[in-house]
Amino acid sequence: MQIANANRLTPYLFLAPAAVIMAVALLYPIGYMIYASFLDWNPSQRIGEAEFVGLRNYIGLLNDAAFLESFWVTIKFAAVVVTIEMVLGVGLALLLDRNIRGMSALRTLFILPMMIAPIVVGLMWRYMYHPSVGIFNKTLKSLGFDPIPWLSDGNWAFASVVIADVWQWTPFIFILSLAALQSLPQSAMEAARIDGATGWQQIVYIKLPLMMPVLIVTLLLRLIDAFKVLEVILVLTNGGPGLSTEILSLRISRTASEFRELGEAAAMSNYLLILLVILTFAMFAYNKAVEARTARLRKAAEEDL
Amino acid sequence: MAAKTYDRQNPAFYALLVALVVMAVGPIVMMLTTSLKLNVDIMSDSSSLLFMPTLRNYETALCDFLWYEADHITFCDKTFGRALVNSLISALVSTVLTLVMGCMAAYALVRFRFMGRDTVSLSTLAMRMVPPAVLLVPVFGIWTFQFGIDGTRAGIILVYVAMNLPFVIWILQSFIVQVPIQLEEAARMDGAGPFQVFFLVVLPLIKPGLAAAAIFTFRVAWNEFLLANALADRNSRTVPVTIVNSITEFDIDWGVIMATGMLLAVPPIIFTFVASRQIITGMTAGAVKG
Repeated sequence: MQIANANRLTPYLFLAPAAVIMAVALLYPIGYMIYASFLDWNPSQRIGEAEFVGLRNYIGLLNDAAFLESFWVTIKFAAVVVTIEMVLGVGLALLLDRNIRGMSALRTLFILPMMIAPIVVGLMWRYMYHPSVGIFNKTLKSLGFDPIPWLSDGNWAFASVVIADVWQWTPFIFILSLAALQSLPQSAMEAARIDGATGWQQIVYIKLPLMMPVLIVTLLLRLIDAFKVLEVILVLTNGGPGLSTEILSLRISRTASEFRELGEAAAMSNYLLILLVILTFAMFAYNKAVEARTARLRKAAEEDL
Repeated sequence: MAAKTYDRQNPAFYALLVALVVMAVGPIVMMLTTSLKLNVDIMSDSSSLLFMPTLRNYETALCDFLWYEADHITFCDKTFGRALVNSLISALVSTVLTLVMGCMAAYALVRFRFMGRDTVSLSTLAMRMVPPAVLLVPVFGIWTFQFGIDGTRAGIILVYVAMNLPFVIWILQSFIVQVPIQLEEAARMDGAGPFQVFFLVVLPLIKPGLAAAAIFTFRVAWNEFLLANALADRNSRTVPVTIVNSITEFDIDWGVIMATGMLLAVPPIIFTFVASRQIITGMTAGAVKG
């Protein structure tokens, strides 16, 4: 009797620690944040002392030019970065999907940039962009060109931040698309080759369509992560000059720590979260749709037999 | 098995490969060489390849661990050494805790199936999407006013464990599914209890998954800046926080800062070389297998 009881309790015992930690340190804070976004709250107050202001934070933000600017910068950054990385990453994967010696060593070197700390990535690039000691301007000068104001001009600063992110994350897309390429059915490729498809035709009509499900998931994963970028930009430009590189995460942390407006920062976090929820649901819905479609196709194929 | 043959490629292809490798590794190599230079060499206009490598910058950063007197150090700034200890402790402890809890939860979810795999992967995805910046305000408020654990290592570890759990559970799940149930039934037949089955039968079989999960968790905890910055006080600061603090100073000492950056980058680099296969498995598991 006692053993049966123990067995029935086992799954709960196994789950309990993880569930408790996540409830206390993840779900509770998120709920707390949603509540805090309706408050006028500064860091020296306990939350109970903060004044309830309803939707004031949200409406105030919509009329706040600086917030709208950084919302726009965030979206621009994510769109530009993800587009460049997808093109480069998928292109490289198609190009390097060959039977060559040392492919695994190559992949190892390519994942280095994403393993090291974003802070360190920012540090390296800040050094390379440095107006006098950085390698870019040193090279430009020795070739007789004018130095470029990498981090001190708004447009260049945005470009610099994009370059650093592309350097760090293109390998992610590359590795995922390479894995997708190598798991494609060989028979389809062989059939195309026998039918006389050229290299381009194979890529456009066979490889890309077959890779599409993985590519979409990769795209969305990368897009979600692009909204979370913070440290690299913090180290490189700290959002400046002006607001040219101030993405939303950065603005949230500055609103909380410099302007001491916790309620407003929470409302901003909520806007960011809503954006990401929409993206995530798009991804999940897509996954479901694809699964449903393959199931339907398989069923149709079985009925034909 | 016959030796694997490789296709010959044309020279332009190899040139492209070399260019890509230089681009990927170049900035890291540059950080390494800068960290081995004196400031005189960093500032000089001449070509950067000819210089006398020196460990001075590392000596400055790690001065409180030196067993000898370095004569160029007049004042020992202990900030970095202390931060390194903090970083190591919080990353290691949170990795161990996350793995233990994550393993147990993943096992329960797979074997006792009282929740669909769909629910789990949906919630994992949902948690993955939460940016650390979103956790900043509530975690700061709760840790300071309700739990009273702000400024302690325990506080930082708690956030890291919670942040990493969803991903770890998700990864381990896909490995546990592959363990044949017959093995477990055989063990139970021989009289093993559920905990014995788990620790003695299942765990040894999912070692590759554990390695991948451990590396990812350690990396997140080791590299994280934002929450550590909000929660840590002078004594519990981690390395990323000290690095950011020292570059906001007016006069940047590039040599020393690159040395600290290098020290922060070393553990992830080692993991990459030792376990790149597991890392790639962990990275692709989500997207490619679905």
